Amino acid sequence: MVLQSLKNCLWLSCVLRTPKACFWSTTSGGLIIQSVSNDVYQNLAVEDWIHDHMDFEKQQVLFLWRNSPAVVIGRHQNPWQECNLRLLRQKNIKLARRRSGGGTVYHDLGNINLTFFTTRKKYERMENLKLIVKALKALRPQLDVHVTDRYDILLDRQYKVSGTAAKLGRTSAYHHCTLLCNADKFVLSSVLKSPYKGLRSNATPSVPASVKNLFEEDPSLTTEMLLDAIAKEYAMQRQMDHHINLINPADETLFPGISNKTKELQTWEWVYGKTPKFSISTCLNMAYKDSVLDVRVNMDVKHGRIEVCNIDLPEQWLPPGLYSELVKSLTGSKFCPNETTALVTTLLRVCPQDDELHSRWSLLCENMIMLM
Amino acid sequence: VCFHRVRSCSSIRFIKSKYVCVFDKSALKFSHQQRLFRTSAVSCGQIVQFKLSDIGEGITEVTVKEWYIKEGDSVSQFDSICEVQSDKASVTITSRYDGVIRKLHYSIDDIAFVGKPLVDIEIDASKGVAPEEDVVETPPMSHEEHTHQEIKGHKTLATPAVRRLAMENNIKLSEVVGTGKDNRILKEDILNYLAKQTGAILPPSPKAEIVPPPRKTETVPAAPKDKAHKIPIPVSRPIAFSGKDKTEPVTGFQKAMVKTMSAALKIPHFGYCDEIDLTQLVQLREELKPLAELRGVKLSFMPFFIKAASLGLLQYPILNASLDENCQNVTYKASHNIGVAMDTEQGLIVPNVKNVQVCSVFDIAVELNRLQSLGSAGQLGTSDLTGGTFTLSNIGTIGGTYAKPVILPPEVAIGALGKIQVLPRFNGKGEVFKAQIMNVSWSADHRIIDGATMARFSNLWKSYLENPASMLLDLK
Repeated sequence: MVLQSLKNCLWLSCVLRTPKACFWSTTSGGLIIQSVSNDVYQNLAVEDWIHDHMDFEKQQVLFLWRNSPAVVIGRHQNPWQECNLRLLRQKNIKLARRRSGGGTVYHDLGNINLTFFTTRKKYERMENLKLIVKALKALRPQLDVHVTDRYDILLDRQYKVSGTAAKLGRTSAYHHCTLLCNADKFVLSSVLKSPYKGLRSNATPSVPASVKNLFEEDPSLTTEMLLDAIAKEYAMQRQMDHHINLINPADETLFPGISNKTKELQTWEWVYGKTPKFSISTCLNMAYKDSVLDVRVNMDVKHGRIEVCNIDLPEQWLPPGLYSELVKSLTGSKFCPNETTALVTTLLRVCPQDDELHSRWSLLCENMIMLM
Repeated sequence: VCFHRVRSCSSIRFIKSKYVCVFDKSALKFSHQQRLFRTSAVSCGQIVQFKLSDIGEGITEVTVKEWYIKEGDSVSQFDSICEVQSDKASVTITSRYDGVIRKLHYSIDDIAFVGKPLVDIEIDASKGVAPEEDVVETPPMSHEEHTHQEIKGHKTLATPAVRRLAMENNIKLSEVVGTGKDNRILKEDILNYLAKQTGAILPPSPKAEIVPPPRKTETVPAAPKDKAHKIPIPVSRPIAFSGKDKTEPVTGFQKAMVKTMSAALKIPHFGYCDEIDLTQLVQLREELKPLAELRGVKLSFMPFFIKAASLGLLQYPILNASLDENCQNVTYKASHNIGVAMDTEQGLIVPNVKNVQVCSVFDIAVELNRLQSLGSAGQLGTSDLTGGTFTLSNIGTIGGTYAKPVILPPEVAIGALGKIQVLPRFNGKGEVFKAQIMNVSWSADHRIIDGATMARFSNLWKSYLENPASMLLDLK
């Protein structure tokens, strides 16, 4: 056990960016690693760590990983715009924001993720995608897969099986992409449909596409086979042994500082707070007693917090003091159902104990919370 | 050009420094190695336009998505300046220079062009313009310390200029406390460190100081140097502390607490505490736990505490009441909606179990399980958090014996339960036995509740729990 981790430390420390950069005795130009974890945050954190700490001048890296159900949005995207957050919460599907650009994807164990690490100069997405297509064709020559100029891989000229994103730093870069082998398409399509109306933002929008699993084309395919085929092709192109090294992204000795990175990726400030400024302009249709009230709501949300809040209620529907308390409470608070619930229920404690008032309040607040 | 400009500024005094570099001169474009000390806040630095460099793949334009700095900020070489996006690629642009940001050429969501200026940076006058390529410095002494130092995996951040200064003075970067961003070591930090060594610039602190271990003198390299400073053995040295106060607005759960507790302040509280012998209840729960598990429910002590409280409230309904704002009317609530204080990641929330008066102990356990899992997932609804009439807080699960709980308006009473301790007690025969003792601390609104009522309620609640069989008589 100790010997193995020591060996890992040695090869890893040798490719770390030190001024006297040495390289391990293998003369290969590449290294293939695979994560033993299915936690999306751990995997994104280790991807980040490798990008920050490793030197790819002498040795490029291919990182293979899979995640348990999660929705991953791009760096500059708006989660409210991209997915059904209510459904995610109900189904306990994680939400993560990655550091690369691009659109929103759904991950589960039937989807594989590939990250190609290179120096900034050697950043070349087309080459990587062509490598994948070559590997697929070597495995199953009858597969009709090709790379588009939008860096997608299409099956049968119409179904998307892979999406791409990239991150460029000062001296290194990575290009990662997904590959749909056997993912749950039903969950995929339902979570990637946003129910939130009236959103206006400059966040990067996703381009929806019809997707298909490679498994549907050829049921004998498994994720293991695909990973193996791609690793083989990568190794062949670099004249190296296609041995896949397993890594544990929770190992702090191997990746010092990784637990902080993992924690940061899970914070509300990163996942929701990094959403570019957006506004909501919508109408609440509240059924109250025998009528339906149309209530215009306008909100500005910056850094995931409500900056401005306007609710157009009929006059005297709520005591004015209480209405202004509500707006004051919401302003500056997270655009988050949990926090809003805590705030509005607290406000009820300090207002007159009137059943009619309470039911109006609850109705309004429930509707407001639905927007989040 | 830079040199000429500096010469003409009379506000800067030239000090022929001792720190003449013996380094690879090609590292700097200018041959002059004079180090200048700024004596005034205004610096006559050169403004350089930092252009957006080539992204690769023939890309000519990108969208600016986030600025990490603003005009007036100081930046060091390699600090992140902004994030731009181009066609699914997110690019972090880092600074090539040390200096101060003077102008941002784009706003968020603007299109930026490769080759055109991105920001204007005022370069620190002493440093000159850094070369186009990243420079790998070859120090004359092969001190491992002065390159990327790894101390237990922690990198010491400092610009090449700062490292040079440290090296010239034989200062280990690991000994210096960085006050810059990410604990980066700045030139000022090195100078402060030096000053403390010689005692020259800064007077010793008048406060009582901890005498440091003699370790410090041993770490100074013994190798003789021309510019050896006479480092006196320090008797006391102020511990360098670079922490800064942090102010942030009160929002979210904290805001909710502020509102609730401020309102609670209006209520005149009185306290009443007692000790409960839970020996029999502990045994009973042990017997019932596996039965509950078979039904898929975790059974704690709380369902018993809650049910006993409800039975007590049937006898003393004033404890389940509410006083209106003007203290004119008391409303006796029919439902016993007993709140349970819950500690979540975000803070304190108090969901309540509805209508305990018609629930069995098992029903309460089921409901508690539901509220607990929703609470930890941050998914409690408004109906779970409103309508409470009486509250219990089981602070004992974390620790403590006696407490002084605060009543949550519009309620009039609250109980805090301490931890269960095994203590020696005397039984009826005068023998010492092992008892499971828990303390309870009640608070009540003294405007409508008197001490006697609280005491009698507490005694009744206590008797149900000390002799659980008696609950059977009164269960509805």
